Amino acid sequence: MTQPPDSAADDALDTLIARHRDRPGALLPLLHDVQHALGCVPADAVPRIAAALNLSRAEVHGVVTFYADFRATPPARRVVKLCMAEACQARGCHAAAARLSAATGLAVGETAADKSLSLEPIYCLGLCASGPAALVDDVPVARLAGARLDALAAELTR
Amino acid sequence: MTVRVYVPGDMAAVAVGADQVAGAITSAAGAAGIDITLVRNGSRGLFTLETLVEVETPRGRIGYGPVDAVDVPGLVAAGLFEGGAHPLRLGRPETIPFLARQTRLTFARAGLTDPLSLADYRAHGGLKGLEAALALSPAEVAARVKASGLRGRGGAGFPTGIKWETVLAAPGPQKYIVCNADEGDSGTFADRLLMEADPFLLVEGMAIAAHAVGASYGYVYIRSEYPFAIAKMTAAIDLARADGWLGRGFDLEVRVGAGAYVCGEETALLESLEGRRGQVRAKPPLPAHQGLFGRPTVINNVLSLAAVPFILSEGADAYQEFGFGRSRGTLPIQLAGDVVHGGVFETPFGLSLGELVDDIAGGCASGRAVRAVQVGGPLGAYFPRALFDTPFDYEAFTARGGLIGHGGVVVFNDTVDLASQARFAMEFCAAESCGKCTPCRIGSTRGVEVIDRIVAGQAREANIAVLEDLCETMKLGSLCALGGFTPYPVMSALDHFPEDFGGADVRRAAE
Repeated sequence: MTQPPDSAADDALDTLIARHRDRPGALLPLLHDVQHALGCVPADAVPRIAAALNLSRAEVHGVVTFYADFRATPPARRVVKLCMAEACQARGCHAAAARLSAATGLAVGETAADKSLSLEPIYCLGLCASGPAALVDDVPVARLAGARLDALAAELTR
Repeated sequence: MTVRVYVPGDMAAVAVGADQVAGAITSAAGAAGIDITLVRNGSRGLFTLETLVEVETPRGRIGYGPVDAVDVPGLVAAGLFEGGAHPLRLGRPETIPFLARQTRLTFARAGLTDPLSLADYRAHGGLKGLEAALALSPAEVAARVKASGLRGRGGAGFPTGIKWETVLAAPGPQKYIVCNADEGDSGTFADRLLMEADPFLLVEGMAIAAHAVGASYGYVYIRSEYPFAIAKMTAAIDLARADGWLGRGFDLEVRVGAGAYVCGEETALLESLEGRRGQVRAKPPLPAHQGLFGRPTVINNVLSLAAVPFILSEGADAYQEFGFGRSRGTLPIQLAGDVVHGGVFETPFGLSLGELVDDIAGGCASGRAVRAVQVGGPLGAYFPRALFDTPFDYEAFTARGGLIGHGGVVVFNDTVDLASQARFAMEFCAAESCGKCTPCRIGSTRGVEVIDRIVAGQAREANIAVLEDLCETMKLGSLCALGGFTPYPVMSALDHFPEDFGGADVRRAAE
């Protein structure tokens, strides 16, 4: 991925590296903060993080790709993470997924070509007695059936 | 006079509109000229009734639920702030059967207090356990925890006191306390509830553990799917430090996971804390000898650490007198899935699965019949009604080919297809495998394929033999519980529900 040099992003990365580099086990907290600040962990950040933490690029790349949370590209403008784990299955998450897919034209796991919306699976939000549950742009929603599900489907297609 | 009104700030309450309810109550009170103090308490753990609004009256707290923001004007008109009559009025929450029937030792404060008020915490018995512990020698604290019979609540059920004694005896200038709050099992949410409703209790439990083993630093590793718990724990740690009972000789911080289920396995969690891929370590060495950064480390589940303050303040006997067989004390059971009453039900070990599912959870919310219950998360067995007499006890579940795990109970109605649940278990294992050992990494993918062939009727008997053999290999050959326990949901589904795998259609024939 080639991007024009972005000095603001460079500065942000330097600040975050300076904040975390002396903590034991600094890599995960640093990657979380980088992603929070830049929207993702861009490929060109990896060698700089590796150098700062005295790790190989392979080690940092290995960590970025191991964990589901870390992304190499910015997310869609809107992200719906629908819980697809057993307790939500028992409460009808497959029906909720079908409803949202029909409304948005996206299967669970897909992102719209214009990056307006992602419909992602997530495995357990701990809302297992109130499912189907989801995080809609980081806001938790539960009991996704009937009118609540209709409202979410309508909101996503607006 | 100002009226105290409680609206839970718990993630499960917010997910069904608690913030909107709180906003509506504030504006309605303003419009009516009534002076209120709004407290965002933790949830009491009966999530079916969220948003559960409570109002303090001279007759005690009066609950209303489930309240939606649109109900608020009607509630206020009916005299909400005086505890007036309304169809949503529940009376005193302590009298709601689901809550009244519990024995709350660990969750005693959940929902009662402002989670971040140290004054509330002290007023409701907080810090007594730590004070008692500091009056004892480290060895005496560990001995007391051992005498209580407390076993690890993460699922393995190892005696907590013995683990602490091992770390106490391990030489080393630096030791750690690590709290495993990577509660990834579907159907479990007790750790989340505890961290959101009573975060100081976990801080206190970790401080006691630190005194018992001589640790100077601790980490709470919380999964990223729990943003509310992360915020509450971080704030509670800062408040405890500012108050002076944390940070003198022992300090701790929150670390956030990154969406890897396997990091709930203790050695993978330690790898993750050290900044690496969450790959399982071979044991030995045990974490008690060489854990975080190679140092002696206590790694305990949230519920194990949170049970300790009671044991110290009330005594090992007070805890140990509850329970069943070798399972002592209480277990916060989590009732989830298709249930009428869902939430955390803390009770002494020994209650039968059937009592929990039919009586306490009230059967299926959908009105359909209960067909299967998965106990212990994605790695737990599916039990049919024929096994509902199994008492909640580590050994009893093991004897029936299942496990208690972290105490999650997921109820499925009669529309469930157990072959697809078995396939999902293998698929989940394949997606979440850390890749270190072959039975888990490759066996899970082969498992999905074999189940597909069985369901499609291709050489059914031969492929069932292959699946059984594969499960045996995964069980005995995997490094950790992910590969080792995935056979539980798979084999229990096949054993108890063969008709779903294209076998003799017993169910339909009986109808």
